[in-house]
Amino acid sequence: MNKRDFLKTIGAASVAAMFPHAAIAAPGSAYGNLLILVELKGGNDGLNTVIPYAASEYYALRPRLGIARDQVLQLDQRTGLHPSLQALMPLWQARELAVVQGLGYPNPNLSHFRSIEIWDTAANSSEYLSDGWLGRAFAQAPTPKSYAADGVVVGGADLGPLAGPTTRAIALTNPEQFIRQARLAGQSAPLRTGALQHIMRVESDVVQAAGTLNAEYAFRTEFPRSGFGNAVRAAAQVVATKAGVAVIKVELNGFDTHSNQAPVQARLLRDLADGLAALKSALVEIGRWDSALIVTYAEFGRRPRENQSGGTDHGTANAHFVMGGRVAGGLYGEPPALARLDGGGNLPHTLDFRQLYATVLQRWWSLDSQGPLRGRFAPLPLIKA
Amino acid sequence: MTLFRIVAAVTAAFFATSAAAAVLGRDDARHLLARTSFGATPADVDAYARLTREQAVERLLSSARTQTVTAPPAWVGEQFQFRALKGLSPDERQMIQRERRQKGIELRAWWLEEMRVTPSPFTEKMTLFWHNHFVSSDQKVRVPQLMHRQNALLRRHALGSFAALLHDASRDPAMVIYLDSASNRKAQPNENFAREVMELFTLGEGHYTEQDVKEAARAFTGWSIDRDRGEFLFRPFQHDEGSKTVLGRTGNLDGDAVLKILLAHPRTAEHIVEKLWREFVSPTPDRAEVQRIARLFRDSRYDIRTAMRALLTSDAFYAPQNRAALVKSPVELVVGTLRQFRFSTGEMLPFAFTTAQLGQNLFAPPNVKGWPGGEVWINSSTLLARKAFLERLFRSDDPGAVMRTAAERVPMKGIGAVDNGRERFARALAEVRFDAAGWFAQLPPATDAVQRVVLAAAPVTPLPPGTTGLEAVRLLTQDPVYQLK
Repeated sequence: MNKRDFLKTIGAASVAAMFPHAAIAAPGSAYGNLLILVELKGGNDGLNTVIPYAASEYYALRPRLGIARDQVLQLDQRTGLHPSLQALMPLWQARELAVVQGLGYPNPNLSHFRSIEIWDTAANSSEYLSDGWLGRAFAQAPTPKSYAADGVVVGGADLGPLAGPTTRAIALTNPEQFIRQARLAGQSAPLRTGALQHIMRVESDVVQAAGTLNAEYAFRTEFPRSGFGNAVRAAAQVVATKAGVAVIKVELNGFDTHSNQAPVQARLLRDLADGLAALKSALVEIGRWDSALIVTYAEFGRRPRENQSGGTDHGTANAHFVMGGRVAGGLYGEPPALARLDGGGNLPHTLDFRQLYATVLQRWWSLDSQGPLRGRFAPLPLIKA
Repeated sequence: MTLFRIVAAVTAAFFATSAAAAVLGRDDARHLLARTSFGATPADVDAYARLTREQAVERLLSSARTQTVTAPPAWVGEQFQFRALKGLSPDERQMIQRERRQKGIELRAWWLEEMRVTPSPFTEKMTLFWHNHFVSSDQKVRVPQLMHRQNALLRRHALGSFAALLHDASRDPAMVIYLDSASNRKAQPNENFAREVMELFTLGEGHYTEQDVKEAARAFTGWSIDRDRGEFLFRPFQHDEGSKTVLGRTGNLDGDAVLKILLAHPRTAEHIVEKLWREFVSPTPDRAEVQRIARLFRDSRYDIRTAMRALLTSDAFYAPQNRAALVKSPVELVVGTLRQFRFSTGEMLPFAFTTAQLGQNLFAPPNVKGWPGGEVWINSSTLLARKAFLERLFRSDDPGAVMRTAAERVPMKGIGAVDNGRERFARALAEVRFDAAGWFAQLPPATDAVQRVVLAAAPVTPLPPGTTGLEAVRLLTQDPVYQLK
């Protein structure tokens, strides 16, 4: 049998004992499998993304915003995708795209900032945690020392799920520029105020990473000319350096569509799909499609009933995408329970979002998930055995 | 007899000096000015060093302004129209968008110039604070005249009454557009404004229920804009006249009634004081002090000066552990450096791009919660960009030449390309000058004089002995402590 299967059949602990070098990046073992997070900032309207087009309630709730049945990209008899997601259909047909429905959590919070904090820190609705779920994962199971960073955030300053006291994370807007200026960072020194300690840590991350990240790969893939296209291109460059990172996070902003949702969401979903299709193509080029997992997420979905401004207000349960060379494509979870909206007019969740995280930790990285998630959450069978 | 009189006079003088409160001295004066303005010159520090804490704070408060010293761009008073871009040709559309972007850049350059030259930088710091509290962004509002109008409103009330500021800012046309208040109609209330006014402007998250938000949204129905004049307009037919209950108060509440209810809630003053604490004192508000100052604030009918006086004279403000505890925002870093070292500049245009590149695009905070600030300003790419900017400013005798080449590599992300202004841009950069000799002449003769006026605490990397002049300034501004205030 090949090395990957062999590693799978014996426990993780014995792997470390028998193969001391197994901790070093090798696709198939722990952090050798790359996680790419895509944050849909503002709270994407899942109901118009993954559409229950056969449910009459859908059109009753959304007389103006509802996507017409003949426009929907049908996935099966009841569910389809927003027409702007055309570029994802080849992935669906190749069974590399999983659509996970009904993701949320008990006692949902409808504030952007509180809810994304809950998603980022994998907290219960009433808990206030400061570390991200990935920050806790890395604290429990560190990445190899040779790695350039635990995670790279492309296009934003906020570390989100990567935040943690020991996380080595880098925020990157442009790897080429990043490298040119790296010689300016200094060395570490005695610690003082919290603010100063933070700056010292950022400086030392820079020094270490600058030496190993060099982005010079000339992709044949053509990336879309959009902000998201650039972010995805930067992410692909980071993967191409082989320098070693466990997580890359990209983001797409603008989903808080309180008004004028139709054209705005259409454009955003098109950017998303085109960007992800280009990302797949780039990963295939460098042989990383089978060892990469792309996962979307957002602070919440949106209100089933449209408002009078041609938009939707904050909501709860949402549908997200998981894709990659080893994903078991298909529909997961339950379709939106439009007949069982709560007192606020919001959808009940049918899957806890932490199950998605458990899937990443246990099935993708072969790590314990109970520690980082502070509880037991059943992984989903999204990864091909 | 004469000896007795002399002894008596000396004794009286001695007691007189001790009885008066201690004067600030240079270090505390520098600290007060660094926190309340954008960077103090040695001369500023000297002037305040001779005052007591109370006198210094009074001087700051009494010199506050309600208007700028620099005139805004000429077009701010111009009539404008809400041009729907839909019916236009691609060329016309492009022209309008380019014009809008150009005005946006001019507005930013104007505000940065005001910050740089105003005799009351404290006024601008407070205006910037309120801009980050009553957030609107020109990316959504898209009418530069309205963004200027909001800026003027924030400045007018910056050190006045928070109650008046809340009422006026809620109706400000830019705010109405930004928070979709105009789409709030009786038949289907839009919750955006109601939620944000509770969560962000007054109480803070966790002190109201979803039901309060829904009911408050009904109270705000009918708030709208007159599209032809860009003025607030109340549309009675869109207003829900029914009974509502918000935070336990019931009645036929309208928008103003809800704002009054929010102001009556003790949590509002605490929330504001906590934010002011995190901006001016330290990242961790002291609970007892916050409650004390919040009570003063509320009892003074929300007089912002009262709150600031209490904060800036508190022991916590001057505590040693709170020095170098806050991170300079991009605007503070850029304008602060220009002010502190008395750079002469041409237009402030290039610096508008710099602050945006560093994460603070004026008039365009990232979302309704504003710039999070603090440690979030510093990550690997912004830290490098901040240090590179400082390096460029102090690298040579002709910083203009260096800035010109560096500018070609600065991504114009978020603002949009300068329209036919490449020449203007380059010219502005070429005029940046640091008069090192003149600046050093102001310093007291002590060997650590440069360090004590430039940094909030001792540098991480001590200056090699004998380092003076421009070399000392270069090393100190590259030290991590320079990023802090």
